[in-house]
Amino acid sequence: MIKVRIPTPLRRLTGGQGEVDLEGESIAALINTLELQFPGMKERLCDEKGAVRRFVNIYVNEEDIRFHQGLETPLTEGDEVSIIPAIAGG
Amino acid sequence: MSKIKGLVCKECKKTYPAEAVHVCEFCFGPLEVAYNYDQIHTKISKEKILNGPLSLWRYEDLLPIESTPTVGLHTGFTPMVHAKNLGPKLGLDYLYIKNDSVNPPTLSFKDRVVAVALTRAKELGFDTVACASTGNLANSVSANAAEANFKCFVFIPSDLESGKILGNLVYNPRVVAVEGNYDDVNRLCSEIAGEYPWAFVNINLRPYYSEGSKTLAYETAEALNWRAPDHVVVPIASGSLLTKIYKGFHEFERLGLISDLTTQIHGAQALGCSPVATAFKKKSDFIQPVKPDTIAKSLAIGNPADGFYAIKIAQETDGIIESVTDEEIIGGIKLLAENEGIFTETAGGVTVAVLKKLATQGVLKKGASVVAYITGNGLKTQEAIAPAVGAPSLIQPNLASFQQTLKKERQ
Repeated sequence: MIKVRIPTPLRRLTGGQGEVDLEGESIAALINTLELQFPGMKERLCDEKGAVRRFVNIYVNEEDIRFHQGLETPLTEGDEVSIIPAIAGG
Repeated sequence: MSKIKGLVCKECKKTYPAEAVHVCEFCFGPLEVAYNYDQIHTKISKEKILNGPLSLWRYEDLLPIESTPTVGLHTGFTPMVHAKNLGPKLGLDYLYIKNDSVNPPTLSFKDRVVAVALTRAKELGFDTVACASTGNLANSVSANAAEANFKCFVFIPSDLESGKILGNLVYNPRVVAVEGNYDDVNRLCSEIAGEYPWAFVNINLRPYYSEGSKTLAYETAEALNWRAPDHVVVPIASGSLLTKIYKGFHEFERLGLISDLTTQIHGAQALGCSPVATAFKKKSDFIQPVKPDTIAKSLAIGNPADGFYAIKIAQETDGIIESVTDEEIIGGIKLLAENEGIFTETAGGVTVAVLKKLATQGVLKKGASVVAYITGNGLKTQEAIAPAVGAPSLIQPNLASFQQTLKKERQ
């Protein structure tokens, strides 16, 4: 299982849950699983071309996926994924 | 009717009530304060500003608060120095230093944004304030929270300069040092902000907080006798400051307080953390995050929230975003200190070094008016400059010893 932390703006789609456990071999696969369980999720995270939206940051075990392989970043059992609005700080 | 209409998403324009939220629920874009400019227009005037308090609150009509200012009553209205030594050295007749290294109470421009954020936090009913910080912001939140009777948590990277750590602790907030860089701190704080009912000044209060930076533009225009300069040089960390200086000049133009606005807005980064300068040079609007490695820790944001907007503004105003090495940063600090008697921190060194670069490249012309924003104080980052400033001459307490030293120095 992969633990996924859901940011406040998306919790309406998860019925208020801040954390969900899901399966997925990569970030792309995980986003598809999220969409199946919580319809509307993919559209919020990805643009029409399927790329992660400009203002969404995704982290695997605290590391930004842009330092890994982006959407193709592989996931293994026990990984933790955080979805975080990019606009913060500074 | 309030001067604040509400919040609006900068991307999809969806509107929200003026509460403690910072991100659009639909597109994740940043929320900004929307003002009733028609109402502000009827209230604001040069005369009213000139008769206002000698602080950033003289521009209260353009700041996102609903009642009266309660925090940072002595903040802002910092010196605008005509750089009569440094200017000619760089071939510039009208170089000005906007000196926020002496901004009260904690000696950085962050006191501006915190004055606005904490006043707003009170209005919204919060009793606890917090921030993710590279140092200066934490100092300002700690000090202002103490004075304004908030409970306070500040989150900083654990490897900050000792002056900036002590500059929190003395006010007795809860200081949390995170083992990681600023981007780690920021990510963690975004998650904490979702779980605790606190006013995180640069997260859920960011739409209000960031507006405080506009006052640097207002003060600049007022000091130049109600004109915007030909050029400004602004340090970039998240990019927020640059976007708000641009916004400040545009609001003044919109309200008829200045005219013929053609300011070129230039950005300054340290080479060891230059994701915005890199994307600007590539003419890309995709910012590849970096792992910072620079002495300019206050600018060390590898994943800058407003980088995208900073690039757009530089492009739109014919500005340039440049980066400089750590060696050039130290050179910049010394150049400003030796010529103008102003001791800035590493971020100011970045700004001065980029200023020098742009002057050398001929981007800044002799007769043009140029304002460089010096945003922090050198006493807070002494480690960075200590190896480059030499040591005192040690002598015995007698005249002969002194004369001997003098002779040696003259040789």
